[in-house]
Amino acid sequence: MHHSPPPRFEQPSLLAFAAWIALVLFFVSALAGTGASFGDLFSGMPQIIRLMGEMLPPSTNRIVPVAWALLETFQMALVGTVVGVILSVPLAVLATRHLSPHPVIYHGARTLIAFFRTVPDLVWALLFVVSVGLGPFAGVLAIIVDKLGFCGRFFAEAMEEVDRGPQEALSAIGARRSALVACAVLPAAMPSFVATSLFSLEKATRSSVVLGLVGAGGIGIELKVAMDLFNYDEASTIILAIFALVLVVERTSAWLRGRML
Amino acid sequence: MDREPALTAGVDLAVRGLAKRFAGTHVLQGVDVTIQTGQAVALIGANGAGKSTLLRCCLRLIEPDAGDIQLLGREVRGMDSAALRGLRADVGFIFQKHNLVGRLSALSNVLHGAIGRTDFARAWFQSLAPKDLRAEAMACLDRVGLGDIATRRTDRLSGGQSQRVAIARALMQRPRLMFADEPVASLDPAAGEEVMALFLDLMRRQGLTLLFTSHDLAQAIAFADRVIALRSGRIVLDAPSASLDVAQLRALYN
Repeated sequence: MHHSPPPRFEQPSLLAFAAWIALVLFFVSALAGTGASFGDLFSGMPQIIRLMGEMLPPSTNRIVPVAWALLETFQMALVGTVVGVILSVPLAVLATRHLSPHPVIYHGARTLIAFFRTVPDLVWALLFVVSVGLGPFAGVLAIIVDKLGFCGRFFAEAMEEVDRGPQEALSAIGARRSALVACAVLPAAMPSFVATSLFSLEKATRSSVVLGLVGAGGIGIELKVAMDLFNYDEASTIILAIFALVLVVERTSAWLRGRML
Repeated sequence: MDREPALTAGVDLAVRGLAKRFAGTHVLQGVDVTIQTGQAVALIGANGAGKSTLLRCCLRLIEPDAGDIQLLGREVRGMDSAALRGLRADVGFIFQKHNLVGRLSALSNVLHGAIGRTDFARAWFQSLAPKDLRAEAMACLDRVGLGDIATRRTDRLSGGQSQRVAIARALMQRPRLMFADEPVASLDPAAGEEVMALFLDLMRRQGLTLLFTSHDLAQAIAFADRVIALRSGRIVLDAPSASLDVAQLRALYN
């Protein structure tokens, strides 16, 4: 029996074909709608070069306040992440299908986590600035809520994926649910928890920079002031400082994760 | 802790008319089993005959559909969850796969055996456990010959060592009855024989009532007082092992 090769491409269904056409048309309209223009980019080039010129060399005038603001930024990220991670664990247990005490609680916890995750941290920061006032505490609260959404989801997924054998064994010994979680689930999910927490510390460090823009503490406000006053050389110092902080946190966390797993 | 086999034999397990269906298939139907205190009973049968389901139904790790189960004099079906936990605490269960918590030490895993009879915080980690429980867990590890690797993580142990830790964890329960579901099926023959010999020796010396499933027919006859064979969810043989030979049992698999 001799077969000829199959056709190179499968014939798409009419529906799939229509969907592709619609997608392409939407993209073209989006290009127009966002005013994307090579001309503007080209004519803006001299401006960008002038800005770069004014940014260099970075100014060391406000190096001390910038350093303090940078420290505050990292403090916000650290406190927000640690508290957020700790609070995420019980929330994630409630959002883990086979560990949740009741389907209603399970769906409630899932919905809450999804809500925390889908509302951006900048919006949380705006809300907390209004309720607790300007300053880093509002930023910390925003990060905590953001972590509940991020870690809550990934912790729950990690606990759902853990080998069920040890859990069955402890059930057979007469363990209650809390004992199952503590003795079998948490130890097995720990590497995943640690990796997720370190990732979320990196994420929190980056976002705590931006939170300052809405007055929720940290170095963001320094950057905004420098830009508003056209002190571009100070702004470049701040951007370099942020770059250094994020890089150090990312490297350290990557190293820790490598050691842990 | 060792005790002689009971002279006036009570009944540890009485199952009447047990039935279980999975997706329309009868896994168990009309199963009657009575096991006297101190008896060692082997449960044999082909894969899918219902052996594991029978063991799990007795502790309601799987909910039976019908039938009565009396375990250690207590009516199992209709028990509330607190009573069920209390009952499970009295029954050791050795699984085919050791089911240890891999990232914890051997000693911590053995401590978990006490989880059904004490607050879990006392039996969580060996470093946090009270002195008496640590000493008892250590004694259990010694009884399976693994006292020297108490602090080693169990995901670094061999299959045979892991199953011995699982046996120590079951001993830590101070069980009145022991179930074992093909306890050495996942081990190589040499390790399997060694672990099984150790396990059965411990059971004998403690005079523990034992119900174990096995595919090793010679072993079933040699170690059990009685052999029960299941086929397609029904009991097709229940006889003292002294009256049986391997060829007779092998015929039941066809």
